[in-house]
Amino acid sequence: MEQGYNFAYLDEATKRMIRRAILKAVAIPGHQIPFGAREMPLPYGWGTGGIQVTASIIGPNDTLKVIDQGADDTTNAISIRRFFARVAGVATTEHTAEASIIQTRHRIPERALREDQILVYQVPMPEPLFRLEPRVAETRRMHALAEYGLMQVRLYEDIARLGRIGTAYNYPVMVNARYLMSPSPIPAFDNPKMDRMPALQLFGAGREKRIYAVPPYTPVKSLDFDDHPFRAIRAPHACTLCGSTSSYLDEVVTDDRGGRVFVCSDTDYCQSRREKAA
Amino acid sequence: MNDLLPGFADPVLDAQSAFRAVLEAMSRPGRIVAIDRLPEAPVPLMPAAAAVLLTLADADTPVWSDAGDRVVAWLGFHAGCPIASTPLAARFVLATGAAPALDALDPGSEEEPQFAATLILQVQALERPMDGGPEARRSESAAYADKLGSGWRLTGPGIEHAHHLHVIGAPTDFLAQWRAQRPLFPCGVDVILCAGTRLAALPRTVQIEEG
Ligand SMILES: [Zn+2]
Repeated sequence: MEQGYNFAYLDEATKRMIRRAILKAVAIPGHQIPFGAREMPLPYGWGTGGIQVTASIIGPNDTLKVIDQGADDTTNAISIRRFFARVAGVATTEHTAEASIIQTRHRIPERALREDQILVYQVPMPEPLFRLEPRVAETRRMHALAEYGLMQVRLYEDIARLGRIGTAYNYPVMVNARYLMSPSPIPAFDNPKMDRMPALQLFGAGREKRIYAVPPYTPVKSLDFDDHPFRAIRAPHACTLCGSTSSYLDEVVTDDRGGRVFVCSDTDYCQSRREKAA
Repeated sequence: MNDLLPGFADPVLDAQSAFRAVLEAMSRPGRIVAIDRLPEAPVPLMPAAAAVLLTLADADTPVWSDAGDRVVAWLGFHAGCPIASTPLAARFVLATGAAPALDALDPGSEEEPQFAATLILQVQALERPMDGGPEARRSESAAYADKLGSGWRLTGPGIEHAHHLHVIGAPTDFLAQWRAQRPLFPCGVDVILCAGTRLAALPRTVQIEEG
């Protein structure tokens, strides 16, 4: 561990403030809690909210995994992993099963998470109502009253226009039948994994300065309608590399003549399936 | 101040470790969690309650306490928290004796329920009912079984099916008070029960029945 700053970079007063926010977030599932976000040595858009949550919970015995769109080897994921190895001296891993804390941008791992793991989401926009109601005071009032008719209307307009709900990412969910919550820009395919997950889920939005949480085993339901039930959609293909027909796939263009293949977005999942088959 | 007991031996890592214990407890209501890096707490403060306060309280969080001047001095020195003159004005309420009623504490507001107080309630003991079934239960002494009473059955977020918890020394009308605050959700007080070096949490979402 490098000297010259506090363990896990943040000062203790900031950690205490974030820790208090996290505990209240767990006690009020899905409710967004403003916090005094700090400047981090990484630009916004690099997951500063998630980094501050991780920095406030991580300890020397943790093993950290960081994924970006399912991959452990993007510049973003590598820098965050290196950051915590440097400032907290923690072990890092690319294997979902070995991690005690997983910080993620835009995916939930395919492998089911356990009770002894914590999933930390990086959130660009925590307010699920922001496109419908730009006034923060007004959204706060709507959450207080659980007044979510506007969102229902928006989704229903999609159905009227497109014949289906057109939202493929950041598909809004109800947490414990009380708070409307943004799941962050994960594919709607991942939403069902949030429902009654054994692991604690924490969300950090750096620019918007909000923290929220879903406790373990908490009901998380994607908004839908009786005549248009929610469906988790994936590309109707098998992964070119591992053959999985159940994982979430990325489309990869292979040449300039329109050739393309589908591969697992979760690189650790894909890799471990290939190792097992070999 | 010469007789002041020390706080955490390692303020950074001890607080991190205690926080994870409290986070685990709050995430899985009724599950008993042990804190293993403890400060030396002045009587009547229990080590677990002392660790919770050192981990979470500071200049931004008024604390109300019934634990006497020695504890107040210790908290002021190590946590730097202001002392609230009434339970209602406190973010953390420490009860070592007869606890103030839940409805005497700040439940937060509907728009800002996160400003609700956390009650740190010291009790005689926290026990998990026997996992060994009726056989193991019968082997317990009758007196001990009597003391345990019927126990609590907890359900809600954080709990897969149900958690069972025996709390010895909670206020006799605690369950009635708890039931009375549930309709206030998202407002409501969160409770951290402390016994010796162990704790269990009751976030406002949890439903508690006898049984
Ligand atoms: Zn694959």
